[in-house]
Amino acid sequence: MNRFVWIALFILGLLVPLVVYPVFMMKLLCFALFAFAFDLLLGYTGLLSFGHAAFFGSASYVTGHLVKNSGLTPELGVLAGTLFAGVLGYVVGSLAIRRQGIYFAMVTLALAQIVYFVALKAPFTGGEDGLQGIPRGVLFGLIDLNRVYSVGGHPLALNLYYFVFAVFCLGFWIIHRTIHSPFGQVLKAIRENEPRAISLGYKVDRFKLMAFVISAAMAGMAGATKSLVFQLASLTDVSWHTSGEVVLMTLLGGVGTVFGPLVGAFTVVTLQSELSSVGSWITVIIGSIFMVCVLVFRRGMVGELARLLKRPL
Amino acid sequence: MADFILETKKLSKEFKGFSAVNDLNLQVERGHIHALIGPNGAGKTTIFNLLTKFLTPTTGTILFNGIDVTREKPADIALRGVIRSFQISAVFPNLTPLENVRLALQRPTGTSYQFWKSDRCLRKLDDRAMELLASVGLEAHSHEVTGELAYGRKRALEIATTLALEPELMLLDEPTQGMGAEDVEKITALVKQASANRTILMVEHNLKVVASLADRITVLQRGAILAEGIYAEVSKDPRVLEAYMGRAHE
Ligand SMILES: Nc1ncnc2c1ncn2[C@@H]1O[C@H](COP(=O)(O)OP(=O)(O)OP(=O)(O)O)[C@@H](O)[C@H]1O
Ligand SMILES: [Mg+2]
Repeated sequence: MNRFVWIALFILGLLVPLVVYPVFMMKLLCFALFAFAFDLLLGYTGLLSFGHAAFFGSASYVTGHLVKNSGLTPELGVLAGTLFAGVLGYVVGSLAIRRQGIYFAMVTLALAQIVYFVALKAPFTGGEDGLQGIPRGVLFGLIDLNRVYSVGGHPLALNLYYFVFAVFCLGFWIIHRTIHSPFGQVLKAIRENEPRAISLGYKVDRFKLMAFVISAAMAGMAGATKSLVFQLASLTDVSWHTSGEVVLMTLLGGVGTVFGPLVGAFTVVTLQSELSSVGSWITVIIGSIFMVCVLVFRRGMVGELARLLKRPL
Repeated sequence: MADFILETKKLSKEFKGFSAVNDLNLQVERGHIHALIGPNGAGKTTIFNLLTKFLTPTTGTILFNGIDVTREKPADIALRGVIRSFQISAVFPNLTPLENVRLALQRPTGTSYQFWKSDRCLRKLDDRAMELLASVGLEAHSHEVTGELAYGRKRALEIATTLALEPELMLLDEPTQGMGAEDVEKITALVKQASANRTILMVEHNLKVVASLADRITVLQRGAILAEGIYAEVSKDPRVLEAYMGRAHE
């Protein structure tokens, strides 16, 4: 990808909260990071996890709990959530990686349901209510993330936005680096032809597990950040709906494409906020759009565009 | 006494009561091109899967260089220097031929777990990869999409990828299957060239290829050895004619 495209996108990311409602943008960035993390597995390793909310949500709880009750600063809170998700990813990955295809998806789903159950019953997660009123805190003990700036008469939480944007860029960079590394090259080989990768001497289970841990940690980073934005960690974050949503975003946008997860997250988050008035019908509407997309754009929106333009996007 | 690089002792594989490989005692001499022939379903591919541990033997042992490798994992067998090809061409279709070969070259470099480095560091392998591609006549196709290559070229790429690992023992499962006469000749020449300083065990249906390449031939039938020897002997053996080249009676 052209360097100027990256710079342009970065500048766009810096300026966009002046035009678009920052909370919307922050939600988008969190879910986009979540989808990128998920696509590292599905698009580049060929593993379909149906339990990724376990990492997103548990990190959200861990960060919320530590920031709220132990007074951790936000950056340490996010770091702790990310590490927790990575460790959980190691446990889930170790149990799931030996299974193939749909069985792998089922094991991840089952383990995620256990995490959901723990979130519902554990004493420190707030049960049905979740963790509410998580403080955003003071970044590095210096920058108050609650600070609101008045721009053209609109109050904008720019400190928080730029923190979220920085986390997103870091997470995206880690995932991008992983994909385009010697390690990522082996992941692609496993995706393309696992028996051949084995016969060349690659211990594919180790590679898959490492990819799983990185993906889980990055999903956790997204969830941890989300808990600061919304000041809430709830059962929705660990539920199978959220696991399904990230699958949907990635497939809609385009599996294994550079921008697909971002476009997919944008589509779903936009639909959710635009259609929030229609209530529970939203599930039906998003479901229908998804069906149409799968039938018409087999490769997802970005995937189809890339095919038309004959270049990777 | 002959120096065997590979030996199996009473190797058997059963699939739900059906015995696909039966008490097989196979010996492959170092430096040979050893051909494994036999009718469809004789168990040739199953033997390859057992030798490379893609399947677990029901009973029996496998010795590689005198070491018992029966309990090892497929990747460990590869790390010992036994690299196989597959009956259905085994390439990485959405990568370029250059990347295919480079994936083999990358493995011994020990960089494969480095997820924090840019894959630009793999470019130092490009020269060697191009040499290997040139040796199978694919240098002009190095940057195409592998999946779109002609069938014969995919098989050639597979051999180049296998050779990139400098295997001590190379297992080829029907390298000329489904090819036109011209491609068959090319692959035959390639295998001959590759056999310098290594051992090759190959499954091959094309008897012309077998006749021109093999130092020794094992004929299989229903998972067991029917006959063994050099081509001139085996091709005259009445049991082989009966079982394998049934048409010789006509
Ligand atoms: N995984 C499996 N499960 C059950 N039966 C199997 C399995 N793999 C092979 N077989 C059976 O074992 C026998 C030997 O198969 P194999 O593929 O080894 O034959 P082959 O000699 O390679 O034949 P071909 O010349 O057609 O490639 C066949 O009858 C086949 O149906
Ligand atoms: Mg076979």
